[in-house]
Amino acid sequence: MEPFTTLTATAAPLLRDDIDTDAIIPSREMRSPSGQGLAEGLFAGWRYKAIGSRDPNPDFVLNQPVYAGARILLTGANVGCGSSREHAVWALAQYGIRAVIAPSFNPIFRGNCIANGVVPVSLPMETVSTLASALEAAGQPELTVDLEQQLVVLPDGQQWSFDIEPEVREALMLGLDPIDLTLRYRSRIQDFRATDHDARPWIYFRNAPSA
Amino acid sequence: MKRTIFEKIWEQHRIEALPGGVDLVLIDRILLHERTGGIALRRLLDRGQPVFAPDQAFAVMDHIVDTFPGRSDKTLMPTGTEFIRMTRDAAREAGIRLFDLDDPAQGIVHVMSPELGIVLPGATLICPDSHTCSQGALGALAWGIGTSEAEHALATSALRLRRPKTMRVTVDGTLAPGVTAKDLALALLGRFGVGGGSGYVVEYAGEAVRALEMEGRLTLCNMGTEFAAFTAIIAPDGKTLEYVKGRRFAPTGAEWEKAAEQWLALASDEGAEYDVELSFDAGDVAPMITWGTSPQQVVPIDAAVPAVGEAPGQGTESAQARAREYMGLDSGTPLAGLPIDAAFIGSCTNSRISDLRRAASLLQGRKVAPGIKAICVPGSTSVKRQAEAEGLHEVFQAAGFEWRESGCSMCFFAGGESFGPQDRVVSSTNRNFESRQGPGTRTHLASPETVAASAIAGRIADPRRIAS
Ligand code: SF4
Repeated sequence: MEPFTTLTATAAPLLRDDIDTDAIIPSREMRSPSGQGLAEGLFAGWRYKAIGSRDPNPDFVLNQPVYAGARILLTGANVGCGSSREHAVWALAQYGIRAVIAPSFNPIFRGNCIANGVVPVSLPMETVSTLASALEAAGQPELTVDLEQQLVVLPDGQQWSFDIEPEVREALMLGLDPIDLTLRYRSRIQDFRATDHDARPWIYFRNAPSA
Repeated sequence: MKRTIFEKIWEQHRIEALPGGVDLVLIDRILLHERTGGIALRRLLDRGQPVFAPDQAFAVMDHIVDTFPGRSDKTLMPTGTEFIRMTRDAAREAGIRLFDLDDPAQGIVHVMSPELGIVLPGATLICPDSHTCSQGALGALAWGIGTSEAEHALATSALRLRRPKTMRVTVDGTLAPGVTAKDLALALLGRFGVGGGSGYVVEYAGEAVRALEMEGRLTLCNMGTEFAAFTAIIAPDGKTLEYVKGRRFAPTGAEWEKAAEQWLALASDEGAEYDVELSFDAGDVAPMITWGTSPQQVVPIDAAVPAVGEAPGQGTESAQARAREYMGLDSGTPLAGLPIDAAFIGSCTNSRISDLRRAASLLQGRKVAPGIKAICVPGSTSVKRQAEAEGLHEVFQAAGFEWRESGCSMCFFAGGESFGPQDRVVSSTNRNFESRQGPGTRTHLASPETVAASAIAGRIADPRRIAS
């Protein structure tokens, strides 16, 4: 996973509430079983003029020239609700999005962001609106997400701090793979399972706890 | 210290408290389906990582498989065959038990798992699917995760988690005749909103919840994800034990006795504290139907589409305006009487045998209105067989319903089969998002009874009127 410390990049405002994962990546766009090739399908229902077409809808924010190459996305509340498909985050990441700024995140979607190195930045709605207005007014809509300092900064120096759990911040900053981290506890997990086997044998069927 | 059921299960599964307030939690059951689970397995195997406890993981074909009779690996979803085959191969390679599309135990993952006793009270269960919360109905801690977390659980039998908060929703009173668990789930979303459960394990309690049979409890917990909850759970009781006993993967003999005792002790202690408590009176619930494109945009079936500013809990004014436009409805339009194009009974919310029996009792001796496409998709192959043994399939077919093989089917559109643009569909499913059931399709969520009644009338109809 690519580590994230600080990123200054084009930021696109899409301030709808309840943007669900099917809007982020419609099910019909999840064609490859490998989970690759999703960038083109990102927001397909809004981004293109007709279902199945690739004819850009000029009104959609990511199709506007000033937002070309956006790497930061601002949204309304409850972003990523609906289906748990991780493809939504893969599509964002494959498109190039490294941070999503929103008043609130669906919990599964947020976990998927973290697992894929996309920084979930939670800020109050007023702040997100202020940022969006600043971006819309700017000739070059840029901002900085500084994960190390936990700050979002506008080019004029205005800044807001955000909360993020320390271990999430660390994992994102180091680009750590959570599986490797947990496998450090392998023998602890095995011991725990062995004890649990006596308390709840039905969980383990006929087999002994696997080594 | 008085503890909630959630706290009891959590503490029993906490392997280690990790730095930063995160717990390493033991995972007892992993369920995978061919839409998202095959990918998790493939990615894991490709990095050379074996599955930690393959005998505790199960895979099933439900999302992409066709539901037409005589199905095979071929499916209408473009590239769907690749998903099916990849999942089959990966399950074989990983040594995971697979319920393939021709297995008599095949079914929608959240329907077949309780049927087989894969989910058990007090267990932790995960599946890369948001409706995994359904299975909390048995008193398990069951929740949906993403693909990366599924890989993590497969590789380690554990997950790193921050402990969610607790909420109890107490539903007292009695549901009126003709009013079901689905109506209750929708009414709760209408009252408390689609963000209401965010960050919480939501425990459903109270006399109306205890009065529900297991299948109704599964329906209620199913829509926990629509409430944005971490998951939903109901404490095990005598009904739960009766339901689990004798199922294929349930304990037997002396182990059963021991398990049953442990499970009953999981119920939240009297006086245990919750971060949030909500209450609701079941007597206030009517048959419900959604009018918009979010499950919280819901009203009693004899009501009208709310006017601007009339339903502040149902989304912002702009979201509501957008929903009215998408649904082709003006505020003030009564829901009952709206002409429909299609009716769908199926999905992990409402496709169990009791759902089919109730719908069939309304359809008995009646016919679907001309021109209405009506489909019934049993939630599992065993539900289908049971229904056929009872002759329900003949009732559905004689009424004019298609009778399908089990699967997710037209609960969601993945590029395959769909309802048409702007088709108005009354559906026993759980999501009415834009284009969920087909590009531009307009979905109204309701109980199977309401779907059946509407199919007969050719319009949105109150099932209580037909029943009488
Ligand atoms: S029936 Fe629908 S909601 Fe349930 S698991 Fe299948 S696609 Fe998801």
